[in-house]
Amino acid sequence: MKANCWMAPNRVAVEDVPEPRILNPRDAVVRVTSSAICGSDLHLLDGFIPTMKRGDVLGHEFMGEIVELGQGVRDGLRVGDRVVVAFPIACGDCISCQRGLYSVCENSNPNAPMAELAMGHTPAGIFGYSHMMGGYAGGQAEYVRVPYADVGALKIEDDLADEQVLFLSDVLPTGYMAAELCDIKPGDTVAVWGAGPVGQFAAASAYLLGAGSVIVIDRFPYRLRLARDRVGAETINYEETDVLDTLREMTAGRGPDACVDAVGMESHHASAALHAYDRTKQAVKSETDRPHALREAILSCRNGGTVSAIGAYGGFIDKFPMGSFMNRSLTMRSGQAHVQRYMRPLLERIRKGEIDPSFIITHTLRLEDAPQGYDTFKNKQDDCLKVVLKP
Amino acid sequence: MGARSVTDALGIERATQDRGSAGLARLLGWFSLGLGVTALAAGPRASRLAGVDDSRIAPVVLRTAGIRELGHAATLLVPRRPGLGAWTRVAGDVLDLAATGQALRHRCGERQRRLTYVMAALAGITAVDLYVSVRATRRRRGMTGTGRAYGSVTVNRTPEQAYGFWHDFENLPRFMYHLQSVRMTGDRRSQWIAKAPAGRSVRWEAEVIEDRPNQLIRWRSVDGARVPNSGVVRFTPVAGGKGTEVRVELEYAPPGRVLGALVARAFGEHPQQQVRDDLRRFKQVIETGEIARSDGTPDGTSSASQLNQRPARPLATQSA
Repeated sequence: MKANCWMAPNRVAVEDVPEPRILNPRDAVVRVTSSAICGSDLHLLDGFIPTMKRGDVLGHEFMGEIVELGQGVRDGLRVGDRVVVAFPIACGDCISCQRGLYSVCENSNPNAPMAELAMGHTPAGIFGYSHMMGGYAGGQAEYVRVPYADVGALKIEDDLADEQVLFLSDVLPTGYMAAELCDIKPGDTVAVWGAGPVGQFAAASAYLLGAGSVIVIDRFPYRLRLARDRVGAETINYEETDVLDTLREMTAGRGPDACVDAVGMESHHASAALHAYDRTKQAVKSETDRPHALREAILSCRNGGTVSAIGAYGGFIDKFPMGSFMNRSLTMRSGQAHVQRYMRPLLERIRKGEIDPSFIITHTLRLEDAPQGYDTFKNKQDDCLKVVLKP
Repeated sequence: MGARSVTDALGIERATQDRGSAGLARLLGWFSLGLGVTALAAGPRASRLAGVDDSRIAPVVLRTAGIRELGHAATLLVPRRPGLGAWTRVAGDVLDLAATGQALRHRCGERQRRLTYVMAALAGITAVDLYVSVRATRRRRGMTGTGRAYGSVTVNRTPEQAYGFWHDFENLPRFMYHLQSVRMTGDRRSQWIAKAPAGRSVRWEAEVIEDRPNQLIRWRSVDGARVPNSGVVRFTPVAGGKGTEVRVELEYAPPGRVLGALVARAFGEHPQQQVRDDLRRFKQVIETGEIARSDGTPDGTSSASQLNQRPARPLATQSA
């Protein structure tokens, strides 16, 4: 079958690889009908996530049809079912899963010793997201093996289009969780750094959860336009104005009640010098992640407010403004999305027409053209926001 | 004895690394470096001091010894196996003693006196080298073949369930990869077969010697086993009903020569790591019913597989 593989930093290629098989009783094999390129896939492309290996199949946002089922799958799934698959691989049986913390499943990472070296304890395995995260083949392929299918695969019974439900696999629940972590009280002001798919969904979810105003910060006019037109947010282009000053101005000096970092480890800074500083440190590996957005989110947040860090980080950051964070009684909450927890309620909202996540799609390509999709997405060409791949 | 041990808060004896011998070896490395540089840079003066300035071949011997000392320094300072470096020094010492003895036979008076001092100093150095070598080598052997291994894990099961699963020893090979099979042969007796190198196997008979339901199981191999070993597993409920802490200790005959090595291999190259891997898989099996497998690690969690990853793409053939 064809699959999009990581070959080296800045190089992916569609290769012929063997088709997946059932390895465990609770596995399913899914014939992929749609997959997507995630912003966090760009961290892999750029080579900032360690423990990638030449030939790894990428992709953690996908859906399709079950073509094979292990004998131990518990939950009424059948061959032929149309399913969306959650990106964290979770067993459903450990204490973390039973607390709803699926992305820190205690059993799904067979490479837990590797993750423990880097992170102290291991998070869940993730499809197509490095060997430290399990070494699982991803879904930018014709077929994919889904472990613990009874926990990770959500059956779609309606005639909703792929485009409407595909993002239940990651970016919609991730954006929703980012807003939920903000602990929004009615009328709150929420600022969101990053107007990519997660940022757009976080802003939309903040409104759903009762925010009075939402401010989205980015540097690409087409993304900010979408946040204004489709989400109804106010926007700041950080290349044109000083973010801290503008947010102080907009909130009469208080700062936003909650700040979402939907950017993560490869953020940019309006000042070329400051950007070069972190870019250099990252290049010589004296820090693995560039945290401009996170720093700014912390400094901007009102006293006693909440910082929701949802953008992906892989390792270590420098110049964390701990003094501001500590002295001003901030709270930071974080985590890879516990997708399995949000899939059903969000599907319900989609079904009712409260959300139509398909508005973020700007490009639909054939799987064979995945490398071109990565390139367009990475370089923000052609107003690219989300690339969907069709095998 | 190279391997020291400490007893932790749980009363479990744990081997610690012997940092002393590594430090001594490094010191010897610097000493070698100094000697080598001196012999090469100040040869004539060294010859006079040692009482061999009358010899034509002495400068050559001295220069050779100098180069050799630099080699010792390299093996002692650069790689992570100071034991080997120390043994090369012992070999060098023997050469030096022989050469000095040879020189002593043909000299008298002041020169003979100086050479005697050299001989005495060499003997002292040899003793130190020998001590460090033996200690450093023992440490290495202790690390791979310590007679104890321990591990712990928290599982989302009641003590009754965890105890029940473990009490049926026939379940153990499902998560203990070094075991080929365990067969219950009686109420308290069982026959264990472990994999050994080169497709061979080691088998022994074991009996339960202490059995406290839902709390503890202690077993040991019966007399006459080729591989004397014992183990204990304890089950403690986590406060608030959040699962069970499972703690395992294994003990086996300390490795001697050939048999000892075989025993060590039967328990895995690194028993400590292996117990931890076993317990991760125990948790997976008792909680989810299966062992987590990925394309990069198709055989399931093991420390050894961490460095030896397949690419994360489907296997061409079904894994065994």
